[in-house]
Amino acid sequence: MRPRESLPQAQMIRIENLVKAFGAKRAVDGVSFAVERGEVLGFLGPNGAGKSTTMRMITGFFPPTSGRVTVGGHDVAEAPLQTKRLIGYLPEAAPSYQDMTVQGFLSFAAELRGLDGDARKKAVGRAVERCFLGSVLHQSIDTLSKGYKHRTCLAQALIHDPEVLILDEPTDGLDPNQKHEVRNLIRELGKTKAIIFSTHILEEVDAACTRAIIIDRGRIVASGTPDELGRPLDEVFRRLTLPDTVKSR
Amino acid sequence: MNAWHAIRTIAKRELVSYFTSPVAYVFLVIFLLLTGFLTFTAGAFFERGEASLGAFFGWHPWVYLVLVPAAGMRLWSEERRSGTLELLLTMPVTAWQAILGKFLASWAFLAIALALTFPVVVTANVLGDPDNGTILAGYLGSLLLAGAYLAISCMTSAMTRNQVVAFILSVVICLFLILAGFNPVTDLLVRWASPAFVDTVAAFSVVTHFDGFQKGVVDTRDLFFFLSVIGFSLFATGVVLRNR
Repeated sequence: MRPRESLPQAQMIRIENLVKAFGAKRAVDGVSFAVERGEVLGFLGPNGAGKSTTMRMITGFFPPTSGRVTVGGHDVAEAPLQTKRLIGYLPEAAPSYQDMTVQGFLSFAAELRGLDGDARKKAVGRAVERCFLGSVLHQSIDTLSKGYKHRTCLAQALIHDPEVLILDEPTDGLDPNQKHEVRNLIRELGKTKAIIFSTHILEEVDAACTRAIIIDRGRIVASGTPDELGRPLDEVFRRLTLPDTVKSR
Repeated sequence: MNAWHAIRTIAKRELVSYFTSPVAYVFLVIFLLLTGFLTFTAGAFFERGEASLGAFFGWHPWVYLVLVPAAGMRLWSEERRSGTLELLLTMPVTAWQAILGKFLASWAFLAIALALTFPVVVTANVLGDPDNGTILAGYLGSLLLAGAYLAISCMTSAMTRNQVVAFILSVVICLFLILAGFNPVTDLLVRWASPAFVDTVAAFSVVTHFDGFQKGVVDTRDLFFFLSVIGFSLFATGVVLRNR
């Protein structure tokens, strides 16, 4: 375990009035929330609601049009290296370098995270174990099935045992067994970390989240524990959000 | 983690990735065959009756015109297409470290290709008594020339996720940098423009600045020219990546 004294306040991720505009379209329109250590925040919303864009601003891939993101007390815009060190990130399409082996790729990620020698070996070993990658360790990534590719990228996000995890659709493309394993992993990791994960599978909110936010067309339309949001969840979801066939009109 | 460590980590991965795909081997074979053919057959290396590598280096601006963009086109467009750009830029590294790491790796790869032309030097030394200082200057100039083209390819590669577009764009820019000082073109230009204008245009040409190196003269102005083309193109790469 890492010492927690350095951060007495439990708010690991804090987002204030975040806006991202692409031309005239506001993909994210004034979103504010905070995530504490020990929380797993489910980020719900239809496709194109602004989930990925929000996550990309938290991880520092996109600069926000306006608003502020702090991670572990550091402003993402002012101290990007500090915040990036704290974050483990699984991007939406779970990209990875296809010509590398799983071992080589994870080793590369660990090295970029500043882990060397024994520490790197241990980090790779632990991530491989957590994501069940032992059997494909020396295989080139482009020969792997989608589920394995996905978990390889997830392992990369966990490699430095980060305080904050940003997971963009971590169960996308997995079979039911794999989904179950990944949800358990998220719940387990959530006890000591601050996690945001996005999904459009409502049962995952019950399975893994301590709290959920529903976002639609760039705005938060509901927030609370799964019980507070109301039951059944899919009816709540449909009532609060518009299908994208409506939006395109 | 210090900056150099990040640059080295990224460069190492990039260099290894050249050799794990067939790209490196195809490139090396074609580069060596082409330079060999141009030097010994088209360049009349033996018939010249002089122990120099003029027939060898003279072709480099043209050989690199096609081959260097081919080696550099995937640098950033592949990262964009496969989405690994998002992974790389959310790691605790700055865009500069990533740009420099990838550039240095490809430059090192081109240096390896250039080093493999050593049999030409051996041949000249066996058959005669060339000025090896001039040859060394020629190699330095050639490496800088390759670096300048590569930096331009880096920039065009950052602009698009399509490697073909990146390739064509950088060939066009590099071709302009050759033609601006290529004798048949400058001879045409003097007919309707003032010599001062033609000289100004020629000052932007890689050919003008590569000439000195071929003659064995390492002029700081020529060094400065190539290094500023590299510096400017890498800076532009950074701007393009920031505004993606």
